[in-house]
Amino acid sequence: MRAAWAIAVKEFRSAFASPVAYAYLVVFLAFTNWFFFRSFFVLGDATMRGFFSLLPWTLVFLVPALTMRLWSEERKFGTLEVLLTWPVREREAVFGKFLGGLGLLAVSLAGTAPIALTVFALGHPDRGPVLAGYLGLLCFGAAGLAVGIYASALTENQIVAYVAGVAMTFALFVAGEDFVIVAAPASLAPLLSGAGLGAHYWSIGRGVIDSRDLLYFAAVIFFFLYLTTRRLQRRG
Amino acid sequence: MISVAGVSKRFGGTLAVDDVSFEVARGEILGLLGPNGAGKTTTMRILSCFLATDTGRATVAGYDIAAEPLEVRRRLGYLPENNPLYFDMTVGEYLSLVAEVRRVPRVDKVRLIARALEGCGLGPVRGRIIGQLSKGYRQRVGLAGALLHDPEVLILDEPTVGLDPTQIIEIRELIRGIGSEKTVLLSSHILPEVEATCQRVLIFNEGHLVGQGTPAELAAQARGSEFVDLAVRGPRDQIVREIAAVPGVVECVDAGEDAGAPRFRVRCEAGADPREDLAAAIARRGWGLLELHAERLSLEDVFIKLTGGEGK
Repeated sequence: MRAAWAIAVKEFRSAFASPVAYAYLVVFLAFTNWFFFRSFFVLGDATMRGFFSLLPWTLVFLVPALTMRLWSEERKFGTLEVLLTWPVREREAVFGKFLGGLGLLAVSLAGTAPIALTVFALGHPDRGPVLAGYLGLLCFGAAGLAVGIYASALTENQIVAYVAGVAMTFALFVAGEDFVIVAAPASLAPLLSGAGLGAHYWSIGRGVIDSRDLLYFAAVIFFFLYLTTRRLQRRG
Repeated sequence: MISVAGVSKRFGGTLAVDDVSFEVARGEILGLLGPNGAGKTTTMRILSCFLATDTGRATVAGYDIAAEPLEVRRRLGYLPENNPLYFDMTVGEYLSLVAEVRRVPRVDKVRLIARALEGCGLGPVRGRIIGQLSKGYRQRVGLAGALLHDPEVLILDEPTVGLDPTQIIEIRELIRGIGSEKTVLLSSHILPEVEATCQRVLIFNEGHLVGQGTPAELAAQARGSEFVDLAVRGPRDQIVREIAAVPGVVECVDAGEDAGAPRFRVRCEAGADPREDLAAAIARRGWGLLELHAERLSLEDVFIKLTGGEGK
């Protein structure tokens, strides 16, 4: 655990040592604030519903930007050989990188606090759905991190890792959407509706925190981190 | 400290390491020598548990690399080929990361980092970003990272490649200093490098171990292809015939003319030293012996011979 934590801290710090974290935060916050405030004053409704329905889409495109370098860069610069010849298990290293990414995700979500504060200052929305919405975002983002980390372990090219990460997260996101289920064979419908990130996210966002939804996100995260570990163990 | 038995490793269609066996004793500095692509790096990657073997077994510091890779890696300091480092960290941050992932006891951490910094002459650049350091300093950072936890065994893959002569001497001295108390396995494709630092040498070629021993033993092992170079004034074809008949001579080749003297190259039988007989035979015929010298085999000749490269 000490090794995983050291790796997490290293990833978190090195994101801030390079322009990566700042670029990500600026784009993320500019994007979310712009879309939120553009309609907020027009609608005159003190609610964050629009915010919570938009953010998953933002995360689909931005979370892979956080994870794209995590393994591909290690591979490209050969530091993978340093990392994996330390007395660290592959799964510890993978978990450490995931934790580092989670830290960045938490910082970026905390950066949207001014939106929530504005809404609470101007109206009296229910506190429950807002807190649940943030929990949903954290789960959604964490699942995206796990998917993106796996994509990054597949290639030494960051751009490929980014595109693959977006594609896989997007596919997982829309898998449970109605238009996909309608188009898919009927026998796959229950599977798809259960597998999609979207359905579970909306379910948490409604303010009903069901352990099945949390379990689902935990399973997705575990599954992709497991795949990453296997990928790293198979290195020639 | 290191024991390798029948290790092979295949990548696709090529056999990178083919049935290699060797031992390294405690406190020994062993050099792996060979042309690029000979299997040195693959062997080191296997011993550092980065790659798995296809067949064969190996132990490092008493632990099997396949069964207990974590125990092996705990006792090993490894400097991979090209010295990969996290370029965006400072030297101090990097060594602190190494200490953390190696689970160095917290009470020892500061002391060990200070010792590694001092041992590798990194004190003045402790706060600098690694990516902004010169190549020589980066190499020292790599070594400091490999040495930090006071490992029993050190594996260094081409530790001096790309350094300037002054830096090479510094790193060499550093390694010799370390080698007085630890087991060191280092690779190089530069001969003087290995001759200068190692007590024993293994020569690799195309995945095979083609020779091993001290530099002196290797030279003896390759004897039998020793040559005597002659410069003799006289009728050339007669000279060639006469010399070829001298006991201990395998063949005599007309080596053309150089600096106004006709030259001949004489290949001798293994262990034979026909120099006196050659001189006597030439004097008997009344030819003018201008020059006679035995070509002494350096490690370089042994290397070229064993690796099947184009010799002189």
